[in-house]
Amino acid sequence: MRNFSMKLFGTALLAGCMLLAGCERPPIESVQRGYRGTGMLQVYNPRTLEEVRAANEVPASIPLAPGDSPKATTVYKNVQVLTDLNVAEFTRLMVSMTNWVSPKEGCAYCHAGGDFAADTVYAKTVARRMLQMTRHINTDWKKHVAETGVTCYTCHRGQPVPAQVWTQDPGPKTAAQAGNRAEQNAAAMKVGLTSLPYDPFSYYLKGEYPIPVAGEQALPADNRHSIKETEGTYGLMMHLSQSLGVNCTYCHNSRAFYDWDQSTPQRQTAWYGIRMVRDLNNDYLEPLGPTYPKERLGPLGDAPKANCGTCHQGVYKPLFGVSMLKDHPELAGAKR
Amino acid sequence: MPEYQNIFTRVQVRAPAYPGVPLGRGVWVREGKPLFLYWAGKFGDAQIGPVYLGWLGLASILCGFIAFEIIGFNMWASVNWDIVQFVRQLPWLALEPPAPEYGLRLPPLDEGGWWIMAGFFLTVSILLWWLRMYRRARALGMGTHVAWAFAAAIWLFLVLGLIRPVMMGSWAEAVPFGIFPHLDWTAAFSLRYGNLFYNPFHMLSIAFLYGSTLLFAMHGATILAVSRLGGEREIEQITDRGTASERAALFWRWTMGFNATMESIHRWAWWFAVLCPLTGGIGILLTGTAVDNWYLWSVKHGVAPPYPTIFPGVVNPATLSGGAQ
Repeated sequence: MRNFSMKLFGTALLAGCMLLAGCERPPIESVQRGYRGTGMLQVYNPRTLEEVRAANEVPASIPLAPGDSPKATTVYKNVQVLTDLNVAEFTRLMVSMTNWVSPKEGCAYCHAGGDFAADTVYAKTVARRMLQMTRHINTDWKKHVAETGVTCYTCHRGQPVPAQVWTQDPGPKTAAQAGNRAEQNAAAMKVGLTSLPYDPFSYYLKGEYPIPVAGEQALPADNRHSIKETEGTYGLMMHLSQSLGVNCTYCHNSRAFYDWDQSTPQRQTAWYGIRMVRDLNNDYLEPLGPTYPKERLGPLGDAPKANCGTCHQGVYKPLFGVSMLKDHPELAGAKR
Repeated sequence: MPEYQNIFTRVQVRAPAYPGVPLGRGVWVREGKPLFLYWAGKFGDAQIGPVYLGWLGLASILCGFIAFEIIGFNMWASVNWDIVQFVRQLPWLALEPPAPEYGLRLPPLDEGGWWIMAGFFLTVSILLWWLRMYRRARALGMGTHVAWAFAAAIWLFLVLGLIRPVMMGSWAEAVPFGIFPHLDWTAAFSLRYGNLFYNPFHMLSIAFLYGSTLLFAMHGATILAVSRLGGEREIEQITDRGTASERAALFWRWTMGFNATMESIHRWAWWFAVLCPLTGGIGILLTGTAVDNWYLWSVKHGVAPPYPTIFPGVVNPATLSGGAQ
């Protein structure tokens, strides 16, 4: 009997340890942001934070180019976007772009056969549009990126394709007459391994599906948003939370998620961010579909697009808010 | 000498198998030769059987089995009949109710029709089981307290899956059948209707839920603690109070200032348990039908306290002129 009890105790201990295996060990740091008692805390694991910090170091910039060389258009052929730069600025940016986007592949990733003017490689056409997009973000979306701005490195981080991009998700294969998943219940990473709808991006970051669902009146009036829509919004918010490495309470007072009066200023920034990503996906990224070779496209044939994680990569401000733009003023917009 | 002073049952009384009181007229009898299971005796009565099936029980099990199969086969179909993925993803899989655009109409099978069918058979199964429970209690000459307690749980089940969706005019308001999906539904339900924690009936339901566990622990512990003095003869001690009852009463008066009696403690427990789903069901029924945002309702009625503003001047950018940019 004693032997049996020991076995039972051992099994219980093992089961307990297995249950805890998914948890992070203490100590965990918490930072209070809202009024006391509202639970508006940011929770950080100092050990994982160390890894995130190391992965978000800003690379050294090439020294600024002298301002007295001739215009790039006078020396290089087929310059369509960077027409305002001089030769030194232009070459400096080209070298920077190679370091940021294709350090292994080098210039040949875009320029083939020694003809730097030719548009034969698709990556060059894409890069040209990306330069326009970067300038567009830094000029027209200051409500989201402020003066910190973005550069190619914000998303690319030394890779030709940014680590976090998305395409339309056809969902897992199901049988024909039964087993409709209703676009959810698939343990998707992008919604934090919940059973929430697995493609919030098509609806909210390309489409303009309404995100607020809660009514702003106590009694029923004309709010017809469904619980299924709420699950969609919830899934999108899981993505925001994961992408920024923050809790819900970074933006919201969780007792009244909808209420702007009790929200933090970061919610406004995020609001503009969602509109910015929609704008970029519709005007810049989706139209590049025909330019890409087939292997770059998603399973439904659409171009890779951006979400919050594309820039943020798990940090509340991309690269912890260090501005690379100040060393690369040519990306802030065309010189006038 | 066996002793009762342990949290686990250490005594198994073995007597000849008990067949039950004589049944009234009917086609069904108790079937099977009783057997004794040592491990069942660790948790309850070691005697298994004889079994009374009955028409109601048979029909209930059949309907329950159909519902279980519809749900299970839909989950399996949703992983394209892959048995490994079925096991692996099981907590995430679900049978979802129809989409909002169907309202209360009958959708195609794979668009929520399966859900309606499963819900129908499950409801019938549960209601038949309730009838069986009531009739069995009557057949044994018992009161019907257990059946009415079960009815309280059925009330909550019907509110969630039938009454409220019908009042809202949409099957989509109902709960999916699935492990994580029904939990995500619960969270989304609260988010959509402005935080269920501010729903006073939800508050009551939680109070009765936690209260039930507290009462259960207090009562179970008290009886075990006085069992060596004859305290386990609770029913006799209701009218013929012995030293166990007196010591237990004194203990609670000393530690709590008040004590229940051998009879009233069981009414306390029954009402706490019954009121948990009863109040909860009222709270769910009022959500969306009578109240759209429980937080705002609470502010209106002075329940939710205002907090000092930490971040002044945060406004909804959609309300600013100039729009998106």
